[in-house]
Amino acid sequence: MKKNRLALSAVLTLIFIAGLFAVGQAAKMRIAMVTDVGGVNDQSFNQSAWEGLKRAEKDFGAEVAYKESRQDADYAPNMETLTDAGYDLIWGIGFLMGDAIKETAEINPDQKYAIIDFSYGPETPKNVACAVFQEEEPSFLVGYIAGKMTKTNKVGFVGGIKFPLIEKFEYGYMAGVKLANPDAEVLRQYAESFTDAAKGKAITNNMYQQGADIVFHASGGVGDGVIEAAKEKGKWAIGVDKDQNFLAPDNVLTSAMKRVDNAIYDIGKRLMGGEFAGGDTVVYNLKNDGVGIAPTSNKHVPAEILKEVDGLVAKIKAGEIVVPATKDALDKF
Amino acid sequence: MSSIGASLKDKFLNGALSITLMSVLFGFLRGGIILLLAGFNPLEAYGVILKGIFSRPKYVSYVIIYSTPLIITGLSVAFALRTGLFNIGAEGQYIMGALAAAAAGYYLKLPMVLHVFTAVGLAVIVAAFWGGLAGWFKARFGVNEVISTIMLNWTALYISNWAITIPSFGRQGTGKTYAIQPTAQIDILGQWKRTPEGIAFLREHPMLWDVLKSPVNLGFVFAILLAGLVWYVLNRTTLGYELRAVGHNPQAAEAGGISVKRSMVISMLFAGGLAGAAGAFQVLGVSHRIATLAIMEGYGFDGIAVSLIGNNSGPGCVFAGLLFGSLKYGGSKIQDVMGAPTEVINIMIGIIIFFVAMPKLIRMILAYRKRRERN
Repeated sequence: MKKNRLALSAVLTLIFIAGLFAVGQAAKMRIAMVTDVGGVNDQSFNQSAWEGLKRAEKDFGAEVAYKESRQDADYAPNMETLTDAGYDLIWGIGFLMGDAIKETAEINPDQKYAIIDFSYGPETPKNVACAVFQEEEPSFLVGYIAGKMTKTNKVGFVGGIKFPLIEKFEYGYMAGVKLANPDAEVLRQYAESFTDAAKGKAITNNMYQQGADIVFHASGGVGDGVIEAAKEKGKWAIGVDKDQNFLAPDNVLTSAMKRVDNAIYDIGKRLMGGEFAGGDTVVYNLKNDGVGIAPTSNKHVPAEILKEVDGLVAKIKAGEIVVPATKDALDKF
Repeated sequence: MSSIGASLKDKFLNGALSITLMSVLFGFLRGGIILLLAGFNPLEAYGVILKGIFSRPKYVSYVIIYSTPLIITGLSVAFALRTGLFNIGAEGQYIMGALAAAAAGYYLKLPMVLHVFTAVGLAVIVAAFWGGLAGWFKARFGVNEVISTIMLNWTALYISNWAITIPSFGRQGTGKTYAIQPTAQIDILGQWKRTPEGIAFLREHPMLWDVLKSPVNLGFVFAILLAGLVWYVLNRTTLGYELRAVGHNPQAAEAGGISVKRSMVISMLFAGGLAGAAGAFQVLGVSHRIATLAIMEGYGFDGIAVSLIGNNSGPGCVFAGLLFGSLKYGGSKIQDVMGAPTEVINIMIGIIIFFVAMPKLIRMILAYRKRRERN
């Protein structure tokens, strides 16, 4: 009997110690993300997301990991794998993961998820936070720069696949060009891909041949080809998502930055403070530094144009300018 | 006694099974070297993969889910190869099948079982036509099926992407179509497991809940049935005999009164229909919708490897598909645990598959050793 009690107390002590360890580990925030098929080195928003997590690792010691998807059917199992690994928060990068996250969130009601670029509106599950961006705002600003700086009165836009998300870039850009230079023509083409750099290059070369001298892209990996074409032909390209100037320092005029990294960092930090926007949608725009133009813009864009851009930023923040994000809104702009 | 031992040893060293096992082992050794070169501990990596495949019932069911389309596209490639045709077009036929199944599953309103069979039937017909087209081009105009099927792959991809832009079919802003009707889904308890009652019940039964967290569906059962069907058609029917005869020697077959051209078209019809069924089961059981394709997803291309590993036979494709599926599913697990990039994982899987696919090399090594022993 006595022996039994001794054994029991030993077991209890062990459980207690194990519990302490578990608590000690739980204090460390663990965040993981699932990329879309673009992969983590896409020079674009998947990479930006990963940079956001890396910053969270550095600043507040979060433990971070990523998992790449190779096809559409990988999204849900990747979510499941990370759910089993017991992360505090699991990110889905990109609206293509919308269905997968919702379905996974429904059968794992105790796990927190978040998604970039997608909002379920009122149907957002309680354990999912959505982060969306007003991409039309930075596109508008780079469009304004392009409209001011074109010498041929022709500029180009290369889109990835014609989703409404990419159209926000397209119409915001067109509005910017229109405001700066009503005579300028915008050549537009979609590459029907987010990965085919060769196609991006071919489209861009074609635009340069038609007389365009500045081409803006919102096309993920296709944009590598756009920037390469600019480099070879000695023309201008405008980057997207990240500051893409490093890809061709003399040919990337500016970049329409979508700070996916800021959003991911921000939501992670809020979670550290015990606050989680479950069931809600957080909108990132110029006001909260969720979007903007690249800091390297001052290398090639004259100071007076940048000053005008600053003026536009102030007007957008104040709500005096509402940047169009759709064709209808652009027609009225 | 010693002679029995010797014959056992002989069987083990020279039998087909042992050669396959040895090539698998070689593959893993080589894959391990790649991991080591990339700076990852191979033992730890293989441990993670094994755990990622077997440690939970859910993982096993995911492996089966990943394997299902690969088994069937493997059957498609194998079927054509038996008639001497190289069906690189399984990818495009898969896409057409998935598209047809998604459309039939969404637009038609039919009772439960009938809806599934109609959707699969339509998918098979559309994809069979897609494959048969390449067969007919070859028979009628002598167009090499490798070239025509590659081009048909791209045609299928763009037709599918275009279909998703049709407003009544594609859901705005998601790059995907609307989900198919519940009557067309072949998930096991797919609807119930999302209801509050379902979740409440499953909380009490963690084992069952674990399995149901993956999209368990009837696709695998159909894949096994199709593998049996392929075996039966090829080995037990006159048609299968004719198709194989054309594959062995077209001239001899023609002289023997078999129409080579007709056989080519029939073989490609069958191959296309099989790949289309793979797409249909994936849509009805796993994705419930199709998505805009930025790149080819590779179900058909992986089918080529599955067919080669499976020795172009029905049952062989089942095992090869399971191997391929488990590598594909389990392999990706070393990414989040160990931080290995996808590229390294793909090289590792590629090397393993490469070795598994060429037991001939092992046979050569064995023959060489025998020669040396004799000398």
